Amino acid sequence: MSALLDVRAVTMKFGGLRAVDGVNFSLQAEELVGLIGPNGAGKTTLFNLVTGVYALTEGDILFDQVSIRAHSASQIVARGIARTFQNIRLFPSLSVLDNVRTAMIAHSEQSLGTTLRRGARFHALEESIESRALDLLKLFDLDTRSDDMATSLSYGDQRRLEIVRALATRPRLLLLDEPAAGMNAREKSDLMQLILFVRKEFRLAILIVEHDMRVVMGICDRICVLDYGRKIAEGSPASVRSNPQVIAAYLGSDDA
Amino acid sequence: MKNHRAHLLLLAGLVGSLILGWMAPELDPYATNILVMIGINIILAVSLNLVNGHTGQFSLGHAGFMAVGAYASSLLTLAFAPSVQQSPALQNLLFLGALLGGGVVAGIFGFLVGIPSLRLRGDYLAILTLGFGEIIRVVIQNTNALGGARGLAGIPPYTTLFWTFGLAAITVYTIICVIESTFGRGFLAVRDDEIAAEASGIPTTKYKVTAFTIGAFFAGIAGCLYAHFICFISPEGFTFLKSVDVVVMVILGGMGSTIGAVAAAIVLTLLNEMLRDFEQYRMIIFSLLLITLMIARPQGLFGKLGRKKAKRAIP
Amino acid sequence: MDWANLTQQLVNGLSLGSIYALIALGYTMVYGVLRFINFAHGEVFMVGAFVGLFTHRWLKPLLAGLPDIVSACLVLMAAMVVCGLLGIAIEAIAYKPLRNRSRLTVLITAIGVSLLLCYTGQLFFGSAPRGFPDLIPNATHHLPGGATFTSEQFLVLVVTILLLLALRTIVLRTRMGLAMRALSNNPTAAALMGVNTNTILSFTFGLGSALAGAAGVFFAMLYQAIDPFMGILPGVKAFVAAVLGGIGSIPGAAIGGLIIGLIETFVVGYSNTIGIPSGYRDAVAFVILIVILLFRPSGLLGKSEKEKV
Repeated sequence: MSALLDVRAVTMKFGGLRAVDGVNFSLQAEELVGLIGPNGAGKTTLFNLVTGVYALTEGDILFDQVSIRAHSASQIVARGIARTFQNIRLFPSLSVLDNVRTAMIAHSEQSLGTTLRRGARFHALEESIESRALDLLKLFDLDTRSDDMATSLSYGDQRRLEIVRALATRPRLLLLDEPAAGMNAREKSDLMQLILFVRKEFRLAILIVEHDMRVVMGICDRICVLDYGRKIAEGSPASVRSNPQVIAAYLGSDDA
Repeated sequence: MKNHRAHLLLLAGLVGSLILGWMAPELDPYATNILVMIGINIILAVSLNLVNGHTGQFSLGHAGFMAVGAYASSLLTLAFAPSVQQSPALQNLLFLGALLGGGVVAGIFGFLVGIPSLRLRGDYLAILTLGFGEIIRVVIQNTNALGGARGLAGIPPYTTLFWTFGLAAITVYTIICVIESTFGRGFLAVRDDEIAAEASGIPTTKYKVTAFTIGAFFAGIAGCLYAHFICFISPEGFTFLKSVDVVVMVILGGMGSTIGAVAAAIVLTLLNEMLRDFEQYRMIIFSLLLITLMIARPQGLFGKLGRKKAKRAIP
Repeated sequence: MDWANLTQQLVNGLSLGSIYALIALGYTMVYGVLRFINFAHGEVFMVGAFVGLFTHRWLKPLLAGLPDIVSACLVLMAAMVVCGLLGIAIEAIAYKPLRNRSRLTVLITAIGVSLLLCYTGQLFFGSAPRGFPDLIPNATHHLPGGATFTSEQFLVLVVTILLLLALRTIVLRTRMGLAMRALSNNPTAAALMGVNTNTILSFTFGLGSALAGAAGVFFAMLYQAIDPFMGILPGVKAFVAAVLGGIGSIPGAAIGGLIIGLIETFVVGYSNTIGIPSGYRDAVAFVILIVILLFRPSGLLGKSEKEKV
């Protein structure tokens, strides 16, 4: 079975620094893969490359066997890759519902024309968008807050809203950037359940960058480890956990 | 009922302007002057608000688009005015054509300016749009066919209260329709966080260019109304200072609030009139107002800073 | 090849370029430490010209016996000091309260300050241009080949070079300069290292404004007429110069100023040959701006800043 996401020898250079250095990596449909590594290893940069925020220097990225290296970020979303951010990036001036609605623009058939004419078609489209958005929010227990400003939600709820927004784009691959950051133990447990639920319910492949090992080891099918921009290990949680190179990367080796 | 609220509002606006137009001969010409200027400024402010307020692109070149609309439409009417002298119906038709022509040409310029704007943020975009506005002005100044520095005179006086407020109503309707929809949330998303907007599938490029184009289109219409009201236009009337005038209206009203833009347009036009006797102090008061506004209440009259509950969209 | 004309254009272009360079330095220094375009900077330049005018009028009778160069230097210093203080005052009153607000808010405030200065000037001095005298006897000198330059042009060039060297010394060899560079590189770290942000910002504004004041006197001296709105166009053009050179880069601003001054002069000087009417001189800077922003927004000597996601 060919890979859903195929990262081929991708390198990203910032001036002289190789933030991502010749990384080869692939993801199958509905796989849950963890991406770990010390700070500065290039994990978020890799995310940014896959989602089109940065342009890669060398290599190629294929999604569904189609190259997306030259695509704009919104084109990549249209292909089926969605993401959340390390620092929550909700739209502060919009309500909870509107934050989700924005993610549905690309898939809606609303255009400038229908908006201006305000005919029956416009209203029908609006209603279906709104009900879809509310359904999504309901799955995450956020539908009661749909009219509240997104920023009035608690931190944990905001993180979940960001995930809802990403899901509204109908992705086949979801990238989660440190979703457990700032959460306490109980919240992290809930998050783990949530991620597994999302994978099953929406039949998604998920790639997650995380520092919390319990979360990563607990839910991932496979783990990929980066250090200084290079992939140093890949495999099941158990094998990665006992890999000496990985341990050295995190804790330092005896020679250091 | 829900389906037609927006249509009803537009209808109300148009009927209102019909009434105004019908009352026109009874009105004092001074009052008519002010009303027309209010209408034109409403169109300018509401259209700039789409770009600056709703989409967060700081444009300082609105006067340039106004100039394009003014000159394009005037060339059309000056060319055809003699042939329609006898028939008021044909005159109105010509004016309609000139309005659309002016608007479309201005819209094209808006599109052209929008494209390079894509990569720029904040201050840089402001300067670039200022630059475009100035280039347009300098080109007009150096083109004899457009009257050059002497200006273009003898423009037929086609602007009436009906046209002015009718178009103002259409402008407000258009902008509100565009924004208060799922499609319109995209503009606000681009303003709030471009990267997150792209990550949500919103083609930010298209949105920014669309905002510029629509904004410029209506600025062109305002320019046409202005030209056929004063009946004389020159590059002097479309400087960077004119752009600043409109920007102040948008800011005073509250960036991103259409009602605010309308209110501010009215307030500032009236303020301008009241201070006409104190011409010397007018701009000083204006600039002090601007500075105080920014320090004390940057969100303007109707701006949104930290609201707890969101408004539901107008159906 | 008309060497005389070419040299003449070069001479004129260098004078104009020096003036743009001095103004551009103020923009670039403020942008370097605050990431903000000081829209009111062009008006400081205008104030410098007016201060120069009135200082000269006031001083002339007092210094009757001394060589003109003395009064010229005093006029220059007066303009620089007053403008420096004005810059510091503007920062303290209008920009400091907005330190934590969005960049757009500050930009709009700067526009407000700019308008305030222009129109207050108009209130006091009227909008009609006033004559500005020669500060030194303006003899014409001949270059081999037929071009000429005046004593005042020479003075402008020399003093500009001196000011640039002085600035370089301050920035590279004093503690204030070091603090400025630290602040423009990383404000948080600089503050944590004990740099007094307020003082350095005031200093930066003061320095940039003093240079603009000097530019104002030079411009007035060379073009012999001043009015309250004289700062708008040179201000924007100098900003373009700063962007061309790489905003935030001091050598860049100087180079950018010279380039813009030269190109503008050449476009006018050769307008018949290249077919661009000289009325387009003001559009030159804007066209350059569009070209830079489209193809190399970081300018000649600048570095591009990627937004961290």
